[in-house]
Amino acid sequence: MTVAAADLIRQPASVLAAAISAGEVSSVEVTKAHLARIAEVDERVHAFLQVTAEAALESAQVVDAKRKTGAKLGSLAGVPIAVKDVLTMRGVPTTCGSKILEGWCPPYDSTVVSRLRAADMVILGKTNMDEFAMGSSTEHSAYGPTHNPWDLARIPGGSGGGSAAALAAFETPLSIGTDTGGSIRQPAAVTGTVGVKPTYGGVSRYGLVALASSLDQAGPCARSVLDAALLHSVIAGHDPRDSTSINAPVPDVVAAANRGDVRGLRIGLVKELSGEGYQAGVLQRFNEAVELLQGLGAEVVEVSCPHFDYALGAYYLILPSEASSNLARFDGMRYGLRVGDDGSNSVEQVMSLSREAGFGAEVKRRIMLGTYALSSGYYDAYYGQAQKVRTLITRDFNAAFEKADVLISPTAPTTAFKIGEKVDDPLAMYLNDIATIPVNLAGNCAMSLPVGLSPADGLPVGLQIMAPPMADDRLYLVGAALESALTDSWGHLLIEEVPDL
Amino acid sequence: MSNAQLTVPFDEAMTRYEPIIGLEVHVELGTNSKMFCSCATAFGAPPNTQVCPVCLGLPGSMPVLNKVAVESTIRIGLALNCEIATWCRFARKNYFYPDMPKDYQVSQYDEPLCTNGWLDVTVATDDGPQVVRVEIERVHMEEDTGKLTHAGGATGRIHGADYSLVDYNRAGIPLIEIVTKTVIGTGPLAPAVARAYVAELRDVMRALGVSDVRMEEGSLRCDVNLSLNEPGAGWGTRSETKNVNSLRSVERAVHSEIERQAGVLDGGGRVIQETRHFHEDTGRSTSGRSKEQAEDYRYFPEPDLVPIAPTRSWVEELRAELPEVPSVKRARLQSTWGINEFELATLVNAGAVELVESSIAAGVDPAAARKWWTGELLRVANERGVELADLPVTATQIARVESLIADGSLNDKLARQVFEGVLAGEGDVDVVIAQRGLAVVSDDGALLAAIDEALAAQPDVVEKIKSGKIQAAGAIVGAVMKTTKGQADAAKVRALLLDRLGVSE
Amino acid sequence: MTAITRDEVAHLAKLARLDLSGAELDHYAGQLAVILQSVARIGEVAADDIPPTSHPVPVENVFRDDIAMPGLDRAEVLAAAPATEDHRFRVPRILDEEEA
Repeated sequence: MTVAAADLIRQPASVLAAAISAGEVSSVEVTKAHLARIAEVDERVHAFLQVTAEAALESAQVVDAKRKTGAKLGSLAGVPIAVKDVLTMRGVPTTCGSKILEGWCPPYDSTVVSRLRAADMVILGKTNMDEFAMGSSTEHSAYGPTHNPWDLARIPGGSGGGSAAALAAFETPLSIGTDTGGSIRQPAAVTGTVGVKPTYGGVSRYGLVALASSLDQAGPCARSVLDAALLHSVIAGHDPRDSTSINAPVPDVVAAANRGDVRGLRIGLVKELSGEGYQAGVLQRFNEAVELLQGLGAEVVEVSCPHFDYALGAYYLILPSEASSNLARFDGMRYGLRVGDDGSNSVEQVMSLSREAGFGAEVKRRIMLGTYALSSGYYDAYYGQAQKVRTLITRDFNAAFEKADVLISPTAPTTAFKIGEKVDDPLAMYLNDIATIPVNLAGNCAMSLPVGLSPADGLPVGLQIMAPPMADDRLYLVGAALESALTDSWGHLLIEEVPDL
Repeated sequence: MSNAQLTVPFDEAMTRYEPIIGLEVHVELGTNSKMFCSCATAFGAPPNTQVCPVCLGLPGSMPVLNKVAVESTIRIGLALNCEIATWCRFARKNYFYPDMPKDYQVSQYDEPLCTNGWLDVTVATDDGPQVVRVEIERVHMEEDTGKLTHAGGATGRIHGADYSLVDYNRAGIPLIEIVTKTVIGTGPLAPAVARAYVAELRDVMRALGVSDVRMEEGSLRCDVNLSLNEPGAGWGTRSETKNVNSLRSVERAVHSEIERQAGVLDGGGRVIQETRHFHEDTGRSTSGRSKEQAEDYRYFPEPDLVPIAPTRSWVEELRAELPEVPSVKRARLQSTWGINEFELATLVNAGAVELVESSIAAGVDPAAARKWWTGELLRVANERGVELADLPVTATQIARVESLIADGSLNDKLARQVFEGVLAGEGDVDVVIAQRGLAVVSDDGALLAAIDEALAAQPDVVEKIKSGKIQAAGAIVGAVMKTTKGQADAAKVRALLLDRLGVSE
Repeated sequence: MTAITRDEVAHLAKLARLDLSGAELDHYAGQLAVILQSVARIGEVAADDIPPTSHPVPVENVFRDDIAMPGLDRAEVLAAAPATEDHRFRVPRILDEEEA
């Protein structure tokens, strides 16, 4: 069978995998179609920092050959995928969107990348991001911003704007993101795609260049709930190289995505994650989705999580504190940028000059904030108090999950804003994560999926589903049901409405 | 700051001041792999050959704790009579330094694994051995740093260097820090107590088998905190002397710091809180970084490692497997070997207990084992400025020498020459004997020829012997020993010459 | 009100090894004050008897067996370094001129 390249790039990963497995199309054809698409549109989108075309075609050939021998293939064998540039991949530059790591080729694979390879997936390249994942717009990349395929003048969200935009631009059917305070979910919301932050410890962090170790989590990005589930099941699971990895079976997310059912489920509306600060268009689509869920047989209840009001404050103390320590190693001694080593400067001066030249404004801002919060004399009032608030937020979640099986909220308070609009207004930028942050603080899991276009600006709106730790399957159960009802009403996935580039 | 500070002689200083000491000892554990990764820990490997993403602190890498390192720490804690925490965490100590790959050290801060222990040490005094109880504040785990080599400049030291080179093989090797509470009331015994404490700790580590504690390879390092105060007055300001890396240096560091601080105080000055560096060559310390402006390490719980919560049953299992601690063991050996307290103290102070024990296990007579280790071998160790245990001689070699003495192949004098050869690296016992030609002359013909020569040369002595003054035979024996360069068995010479003269005893 | 002075910013920058320009010091002093004022709200929460959360998922006692394994290829490791000599990482002199 011959399939036009234009069709191949619009297919869901699940369909591509089945077609490759059945021999209806080769992985090489699928890979070439996506590489061609990248070559065609990425100059305008700038989702990729690195396209590993040659290596991708080689792995596609290996998969095709393997299939012909009748060997058992992984569930997503031969399907292309893009990886956020914060995960190490042996021999391929990993920059984290920073100048300080320009050209650095790690000598090892992250566990996520190892699992993609083990599943016979084809890695297309590395995607753009805010420097060291600090940001909500991908404008803080040292290599220039990524553009939102819905409107190239707008941000694709962040920090994983590259992974989300690549999906919306049909450059890849799947991608990997990382989420510290919403960096998978908020880009998914503003690009009309699906993104999941798994339970903390559900996906190995080994090889994920740490922003805030106690908050970071890698997860799947896709154009549909089922595709996200398939990718989730490939990357999740215990890893002995990550001490914080959970040693328990991965919830059956694929079965949940296939089932998609909310009948009899209690869905909690979080009072604190709505109202003031949320755009009317966002709230309208969100409320419609709530009604739809009710119509599907869910019981909707209101819950209150009073300490969520303090989540942003706690987050912007914990994150910079851990980041200030995690980013100390970028000192120009063992790898990365070194500046001022002319024999006249001491090691302290060379470190300071290198870091000054290699880090962007947002990174420096957060390093200083974290250095301050951890300083003796301030620790108790800032970092220590933030960790206590964190406990209270977890308790709020626990109480809410007594009343509801899952919680929902808008993913982000606004649709995609214009590039440049908030770039030097940190507080305004930080507010983008107000609804996504509590989950990172408590360590449980959440998904964002598209629920329509805002009537105000015609841009995608995302709905967030939150579930208890290790109940990731519930996200897919609810997400698939809602997605199916919405696509029934629209006649297609929302992403089909993205304008031609 | 002037280094030409006047010092006050120790004995005089002790008439006016009381020292307070505190010791921080770092012990490198002898695990197969590093604290947080699977890299090997062999000493002396080529630079940067025992490194991986974790111990190089590469972006994205994550630590996983070595179980044996935790068990070793708990065992050390138990041997030092500590309480073992039921829940504790690692913390990050943040500071930039090129030997530290992550620019933070994973350590334990306010939640050490072991706390509140003690160790009794014995020091020799004019009134006989005295036991001093040194209280232990904490025992915690941390990771070692890489090794810096300073290049350019004249001395190879950090001062004046043009640049430095880093080898990260040592980075991430498990390190245990044992911190004492302040030790007060030791007076002039302070240097001896400090030394005895470190020696005792070393023996505990060896008995537990958790470290090879080779001070010259840096696997046991000591920092000495010391302050002086006038009797009845409040505590003085303390200095911290680093790089104290042998037992002898521990004693000397305390001694010289007392003399230095007394000099400062006598001169009306004030001791400043600072880090000092001890120099093995001079036995003195020089001023390092001033600690007036305290470092801000910004400690916080290490999020990449999960808490350690030793269960009671695990701790009890480890306790049940503890070997005999050195103090108990010494009491047992004292009675088994039939030696008095003073003889035991001599062995302990020489660091010879285990060496004597293993020599006996290798078949050496207890008295002979003690004689060698606290005699000839100790003399050589002192001469070389090294620990007894670091001499390149083994229990098996001593056993071999002793068996050769027993069968008459060697005598005492020759045996000393054998050890001289072994210590000089000439080879094993038999190789040294062969190469130096050290066998006792047992050929009767050769001996008789030498005896005849001596008898002919000293007819007056011959007459004395014949007239019954048998003790005069010593002169002939001496002459024969001289001609045979000591390689004859003196008793045999004596018997042969009496026989030659037809005299019986 | 959490004020943060230019000198404090300079001190933080030194601790964090950032060679900030004078303009940056001024800029960050203003921004950090605003951010700190905003996050300082968490101080309103009465949390004296609340245990802090350092790890979001309660996992304990994770260990590995003490088995040594080969590490990285030295050439590959050193290839990433800005400067090397004698198979070691070469770094600038450690002491400042006035210390040396």
